[in-house]
Amino acid sequence: MTISTGVTYRLKNFELKRNQMLKIENLHATVGDTEILKGLSLEINAGEIHAIMGPNGAGKSTLAYALGGRPGYDVTAGSVTFTPLPLAGGAGGGQTSDEAPPLTPPASGRGTDLLALDPHERAAAGIFLGFQYPVEIPGVSNLQFLRESLNAQRLARGEEALSGAEFIKLAKEKAALLKMDMDMLKRAVNVGFSGGEKKRNEMVQMGILNPKLAILDETDSGLDIDALRTVGSGINAIMRKPDKAVLLITHYQRLLDEVKPDFVHVLAAGRIVKTGGPELALQLEEEGYEAIAEAA
Amino acid sequence: MNAPLPTRRDESWRYADLKALEPVWAKLTGPEQITVPAGETVSRQIAELPVIDGVGMIDLDVTIGDKATFILHVLAHNADYGRIQVRATLGNGSHFELGGAILGAGKQTLEIVTETIHAEPNATSNQVVRSVLADTATGSFLGRINVARHAQKTDAAQSVKSMLLDRGATANAKPELEIFADDVKCAHGATVGELDKQALFYMASRGIDPVTAKKLMLQAFIADAFVSVDDDAVRDAIEGKALEVLEGLS
Ligand SMILES: Nc1ncnc2c1ncn2[C@@H]1O[C@H](COP(=O)(O)OP(=O)(O)OP(=O)(O)O)[C@@H](O)[C@H]1O
Ligand SMILES: [Mg+2]
Repeated sequence: MTISTGVTYRLKNFELKRNQMLKIENLHATVGDTEILKGLSLEINAGEIHAIMGPNGAGKSTLAYALGGRPGYDVTAGSVTFTPLPLAGGAGGGQTSDEAPPLTPPASGRGTDLLALDPHERAAAGIFLGFQYPVEIPGVSNLQFLRESLNAQRLARGEEALSGAEFIKLAKEKAALLKMDMDMLKRAVNVGFSGGEKKRNEMVQMGILNPKLAILDETDSGLDIDALRTVGSGINAIMRKPDKAVLLITHYQRLLDEVKPDFVHVLAAGRIVKTGGPELALQLEEEGYEAIAEAA
Repeated sequence: MNAPLPTRRDESWRYADLKALEPVWAKLTGPEQITVPAGETVSRQIAELPVIDGVGMIDLDVTIGDKATFILHVLAHNADYGRIQVRATLGNGSHFELGGAILGAGKQTLEIVTETIHAEPNATSNQVVRSVLADTATGSFLGRINVARHAQKTDAAQSVKSMLLDRGATANAKPELEIFADDVKCAHGATVGELDKQALFYMASRGIDPVTAKKLMLQAFIADAFVSVDDDAVRDAIEGKALEVLEGLS
């Protein structure tokens, strides 16, 4: 399934040819002995937000994990090429790309074979995975965890580590954006957090790590109405950038009212069976998956 | 040591490496006597065992006076066979605190063996032991608690957790309670586990490499044993030593 590539967008003062950031071709993945992804293809350009919807058990989380490199999720065929735009400057990390990003299109052949990288290398390359079920890490504080994470990524990219003070400033800023109390960040990672707090914490982490591509697996589930708004506007603030992209896995239109997708895909039985614009999500809400999967 | 070599029939020696012990037994001295005067506090940290021919032994016999406190922090790591043996006798209203980490690899056999004697009323004891064991190492904690008939209001707690890094590693945790008083609290908890794979992947997904992720988790795991160190500098020193040892474990 190919999605509009080569469209020219006018953007601030730039004329930007859309840059392909992620290209998934014919991906097959197994969990245990069961094949879950059965030839999934998808292309995402910089600046785009893609929503993936689909019935329970369709393989949405499996796609997220396969892209993140989770052990036990074995890719048996297909390829994933990741071609982020070059990172904006070195210093002052975690910086948003508000200032003019370097919009030089990547030279052809510059893309990375994502599947060849270890999970931590994928993160340093600019991929962020928002977990459907964020994991608790007893005894390791959020701040320590995030500082280790950010500095590991920065060092891997040849950037300088942030000092303690610089890091705290950044963490405060992102916590405020997501309306998260700094005291929560001093607690152990996700330990004793409510379901909604865990999801919000994922977004604080995303804000601090400032990825190029965010794969968010049901970040909206478990959030109350106000939290959904906060998280939605957080995603927009952090990721709605010409040099970034989002793959949003969700079951609900409500998040898509906040974070307006450019494309909506239906994933069923391990493949993308239908792609459309935002209206497809509304149609799904009306008619359910069965009708659409059958028509496809 | 004048006493005869212990045998496995002796409960407190059941996991010991007696073969390693035998050749050095005669060179060992009896227990070191420590008396904590009433109302006072004595703290001890042991980050290294004194080793003779691969055997490291610490043997303490502590008498804790009324309303006195004895605080002991130990690190068992640097011996083929290492044993930290403590007998603490508690006076009225006194407290015994033990924080211990057992960090073993290769074929090491390491153990912490305590006998806590609540001889008088109102005394409290708290023992926290964390073990990290790699390869085919064995780490054991044996904790006997005796509460005398008139030692009412005794509060004796033990928390023992072990982390096995390899299939061949073994952890033993054995509480033994002999309680003759009736108004007594004895909380005991023991767990054995492995590094949480989900947490390792979660950390990797944020950019932390596997070696660092493991280190962070193990550091957090053993930190429980040292929260009771009052002095920050002392805690940093013993935790720093523990971390250094952890980094060497595969
Ligand atoms: N560890 C596992 N062992 C066996 N089967 C698994 C395992 N993990 C996932 N599966 C199976 O893979 C299929 C896809 O699961 P996945 O979690 O990707 O679905 P999903 O689309 O994210 O569903 P949901 O909307 O419920 O989150 C399911 O049938 C699930 O039972
Ligand atoms: Mg899922």
